[in-house]
Amino acid sequence: MLLADARVLCPQLAVAPSDPAGDLAALEKLALWAQRWGPWSALDPPDGVLVDVTGAAHLFGGEDALLTDVSCSFARQGLTVRAALAPTAGAAWALAHFAPAGTILVPDEDPLPLLADLPVAALRLDEDVLTVLRRLGIKRLGELAGVSGIGDDPQHEAAARDALRRRFRGRHSPAANPLLRLDQLLGKVPEPLLPVLARPQPMVQRRLLEPIRHRNLLDRVVRDLAEDMVRALEARGEGARRLELGLWRVDGEVLVRRIELAAATREADHMIRLFATRLDDVEAGFGIEVIQLRSSWSEPLALSQADLDSAAERHGTSLAACVDRLAVRLGTRAVTRPVARASHIPERAQGWQAPFDPLPPVQGMLPFNVRPLKLFDRPEPIAVLYASPDGYPQRFRWRGAVRDVVRVEGPERIAPEWWRERSTARLRDYYRIEDETGRRYWIYRQGLADDGRGGMPEWFLQGLFA
Amino acid sequence: MHSEIFASCEEASGAALALALARDALALSGEEGTKQGRHVLWVQDRAAIRRGGRPCLQGLPADLRHRLIHVAANTPEDALFALEEGLKCRDLACVIGEIAGNPRALSFAASRRLSLAAERHGIALWLVRLDAAPDLSSARMRWRVRAAVSPRPRWNPAAPGRATWHAELFRARAHPPGKWMLDDADGTLRPVSAADAPDPRDLARPTVGRSLAARARA
Repeated sequence: MLLADARVLCPQLAVAPSDPAGDLAALEKLALWAQRWGPWSALDPPDGVLVDVTGAAHLFGGEDALLTDVSCSFARQGLTVRAALAPTAGAAWALAHFAPAGTILVPDEDPLPLLADLPVAALRLDEDVLTVLRRLGIKRLGELAGVSGIGDDPQHEAAARDALRRRFRGRHSPAANPLLRLDQLLGKVPEPLLPVLARPQPMVQRRLLEPIRHRNLLDRVVRDLAEDMVRALEARGEGARRLELGLWRVDGEVLVRRIELAAATREADHMIRLFATRLDDVEAGFGIEVIQLRSSWSEPLALSQADLDSAAERHGTSLAACVDRLAVRLGTRAVTRPVARASHIPERAQGWQAPFDPLPPVQGMLPFNVRPLKLFDRPEPIAVLYASPDGYPQRFRWRGAVRDVVRVEGPERIAPEWWRERSTARLRDYYRIEDETGRRYWIYRQGLADDGRGGMPEWFLQGLFA
Repeated sequence: MHSEIFASCEEASGAALALALARDALALSGEEGTKQGRHVLWVQDRAAIRRGGRPCLQGLPADLRHRLIHVAANTPEDALFALEEGLKCRDLACVIGEIAGNPRALSFAASRRLSLAAERHGIALWLVRLDAAPDLSSARMRWRVRAAVSPRPRWNPAAPGRATWHAELFRARAHPPGKWMLDDADGTLRPVSAADAPDPRDLARPTVGRSLAARARA
């Protein structure tokens, strides 16, 4: 049903856009938060979290109390939860999804009576496997458990299990093989889970007894923070790529200043210098009481030996520091390097990227395709006199002056990129020309007179040769 | 160390001569081996980009293509800041700047700052002044350049030839002023002399009045 149809039926419908990435991020946070009940936890997208509480239940006063604590904690956050406790992750998943809330499976009791009534969907199987099982008449776990080797007649069971194994013999993924899932649920086969690990960002902060209102004090605190940050980064063997400075004012306002660095760095002086230009517009108000420096993006950076002799004679900054200083004042988009792109259209054949990003692989350039030294951002329209519409240009007017064309080479024909442009895009014929004073230009004619894609072709000047 | 090149923004001669002089200076100083891998900083202000265009990767000399860092500054003040930061950086081979017109920010004091920074850190600055009047400046060498008619290429005399410029050194501290016709043959800058005439004969004979097909039939 379309949203419009649904709204006709029920006008007071509340609509929220779906955000799968945001949901996953929230689930990840929830999994980390859930580590309060056990040493590690794993994600079960889209809506589940598995926590290993082995040997931890007595800290909460038993397993019942643990589950009560879980449901209370989630309810306090405004979340509805179905919790269950079992010796294996598979059994816990099955109970949480298909059993009454708060079910606990004790390790030494036989799991089958408790699980036998659950549908086979409790095995976390794919849709098509469920269909196969339904067609085989297996709907409950108890019916599948007849082949698990626990029942009364081992002979009969072995035969039934063999038949089922043959039916699913090509399936090695657990989600496609009910026998594998059943064994995981019963704990006969290990089931590795990917735990969620918190990686705390390096963070240092200062709580100030007396709120500061003056710039020189602020600089002093920022210097202390930068030195602390350098120590924190050094301990982890990392360098900062992005730094965020948070300033908490007395009236509750939070000011954030963020800088990005071109290369991982651990130099306090460099950080201070970059922040100094960003702190000019800070309104202290009634004072700043907490200052926090956080490195939200850091990269491994090996410890290096300080060279005592050459440090004194090598003056000047490194290239990364220079790029950082330029980027902080001019913006990150202003400092770039040209890279070749896979295209024949001259303005698309060249892109600009950050100076230290790795170069993408490109095909070599053909040396006979001569390109100008300078290229205009937008080709400038020119008025051209020619002997015949598809012949050489003879004279043209650009920026208010008429220039005679003395020498010409061309055309170099560049067809439009049909996989990217509309079918009415016109081809370009490029000419290298030189006027009577020796100025060398790169001009093109857009389209042909009889290509049926518009009127008479227009002329543009796109570049200047050395 | 600090040189200025005055050129029109309707031709790329200014930037081309700056590149050629920079490469020439690097080659002459014998540091080509050590400075080969170093980056070149190219700073342009917004007016220079709008009127003179940006550098084109495929049109640059092949050894410069992978070590060019381009800075697009909004104002002449930002461009001067970028030039000075570039001069302070020890990992750069040279700094090329392009500033259009005579902005107020580029005063004698500003140019003196640039000269001192360039001399202190030993990095050459080539400042291209597009459509500018030669006002007061502390540049050590000041050039004026315009395009010259190129020599005829051997295989297609009707095509534009390799880059040639009329260069005039009109003020220099350690050199008498002079005028030269320079060309950038195979990446080395050299003066073009009168004896350096093009090929005495055209290797491609014109087919006047008769097409090749008619000639074959005859």
